[in-house]
Amino acid sequence: MFSFIVRRLLIIIPMALLVVTVTWGLIRLAPGNFYSSEKKLPPAIEENIKKKYGLDKPFYQQYLIMMGNVLRLDFGDSLKYEGQSVNQIISRHFPYSATLGLFAYLLALVIGLASGYISALKQNSGWDYASMSLAMLGQSVPSFVIGPILVIIFALGIYIFPPARAGGFMNYVLPVITLSAIYAAYIARLTRAGMVEVLRSDYIRTARAKGLSETRVLLRHALKGGLIPVVSYTGPALAALLAGTVVVERIFAMPGLGNIFIQSIFNRDEPLTLGIVAFLSILIMVFNLLVDISYAFLDPRIRYE
Amino acid sequence: MQEEIVKGTSLWKDAWKRLLKNKLAVFGLIVVVLMALICFLGPIILEGLTGIAPDYVPKDSDLVKSFPPSAQHWMGTDDLGRDLFARVLQGGRISLMVGIISTIVSLIVGVSYGAIAGYFGGRIDNFMMRVVDLLYSIPYILIVIVLLNSFGGNNAPAVVKAFSDLFGGGQGMNQIFMLFFAIGFISWLTMARVVRGQILSLKNQEFVLAAKATGVSTGRIIFRHLVPNVLGPVIVYATLTIPQVMLSEAFLSFLGIGVQAPYASWGSLANEGIKNISMFPWQLIFPGVTMALTLFSLNFLGDGLRDALDPQTRKF
Repeated sequence: MFSFIVRRLLIIIPMALLVVTVTWGLIRLAPGNFYSSEKKLPPAIEENIKKKYGLDKPFYQQYLIMMGNVLRLDFGDSLKYEGQSVNQIISRHFPYSATLGLFAYLLALVIGLASGYISALKQNSGWDYASMSLAMLGQSVPSFVIGPILVIIFALGIYIFPPARAGGFMNYVLPVITLSAIYAAYIARLTRAGMVEVLRSDYIRTARAKGLSETRVLLRHALKGGLIPVVSYTGPALAALLAGTVVVERIFAMPGLGNIFIQSIFNRDEPLTLGIVAFLSILIMVFNLLVDISYAFLDPRIRYE
Repeated sequence: MQEEIVKGTSLWKDAWKRLLKNKLAVFGLIVVVLMALICFLGPIILEGLTGIAPDYVPKDSDLVKSFPPSAQHWMGTDDLGRDLFARVLQGGRISLMVGIISTIVSLIVGVSYGAIAGYFGGRIDNFMMRVVDLLYSIPYILIVIVLLNSFGGNNAPAVVKAFSDLFGGGQGMNQIFMLFFAIGFISWLTMARVVRGQILSLKNQEFVLAAKATGVSTGRIIFRHLVPNVLGPVIVYATLTIPQVMLSEAFLSFLGIGVQAPYASWGSLANEGIKNISMFPWQLIFPGVTMALTLFSLNFLGDGLRDALDPQTRKF
């Protein structure tokens, strides 16, 4: 188990470097430059800008310099926000996205697990149909519809929550609900599907045959097995959560990392884009590793060499 | 002499029967077909009935041009005074076309990629699947923006231009079709994994060995012998891809990356609507709810198809 974790952690470094390389290639592939949005520059000034940012050097040298910076985890200064380093910008804006994403995922987990679990125990009951139809609805309504409708009702109609901007706890309520809807829906469906299969399996029959109490069978034995599909969904969900927050950040005017990332691509702010991509890809890979490790705890049949 | 021939039921007939028994799936199918008919024929009929074209702008210079739903304008008007119902129908064409074209692109790329990786196995498979893992961790928005910037508009590849010419062509149309292809190019990863897994379990069976023994070429074995056998899961997954790519398009258009004015999609209409949300909420609600209804039906249809084609793994 230990050597498995170490090996996986070591793979993350070259993988992240590869992601950065591909991203760098993609940025360079797109036409234009970070200064090309301004009016046409006189050739002499353009030369100077190129010299200042090392753009006059051959392609491979620029790549090596960039990789050297990335390896030292120093992405340099942003090209658009002058005097601010990429690391500063990330550490300033990431907490908003992280809070939003984390609370949304927790809320989705609680609602999804509870309703999926009860649906599986009471298959084909009224509750089952109601909650699964609701889950299908949550999966189909885009967040840019749910969010504004919540705003119309709870911020403009009856004033309970502020309509936008980051601040205290109250500011996070509406965005978190908006963001969590689709994940709660997926998790509910996955939990139901997983639990239905587990409840039919042999080890549950064995547990009952041993004379364990029904609550113990359902909570200790069945829930663990039924959680596996939910856990495997967590990795991709987290990746989507980090990218998907952009829309919710836009609706609620939150200063999160998602919006900064999109802006950096539009601004051709290469250091900032690379920094955020490297940061997010490492985060996603670490979470995928955590997911794989948690399999071993949920299902004793899974072993890592 | 035997007059009556006992008809065997094929897998497809069987599946179709099971699908028809599923009320929710039938509901989904009806709504989707109706929505497609209304979106593709609707603007013409609407113009004939009321004389309102989607790009009609009222001549009077009222300060406020956004009117709530009325008998004349069923969904009200947008902030330029255009009939929102006509705009939603027009936007529906593009949103539905994304669903079809992007899914076909992701189908072609994903199935070929997965089938090749699965068939050759070993190192090739390992390498190809690591590439998929790598692509999973690159933010898809970046890929879409680069594809649109580099190959959008007049720089569109010949294939994209050929398709766009079918719908009038021009720079704006090229851009939209490039968007369709770009979304397809970011949505094939899971399809490749699904197909690879299926091919891995099929490639050691006797019929493949027989094909090899009779000297069938590798390409023919993969695409004529193996791929038709994985069509069930592929169709199931493709149906579930349609709502996903439609959502991707809506998100991109909502962020201002996707469909640009004067063209419209449900996502871009919602993006325009959200600016006026406190004053004219219908401008967001009608395109949003239309889209939600369509996705809802597509999801039910996809689930029904999965149950019908693969009755063993019935998941809700």
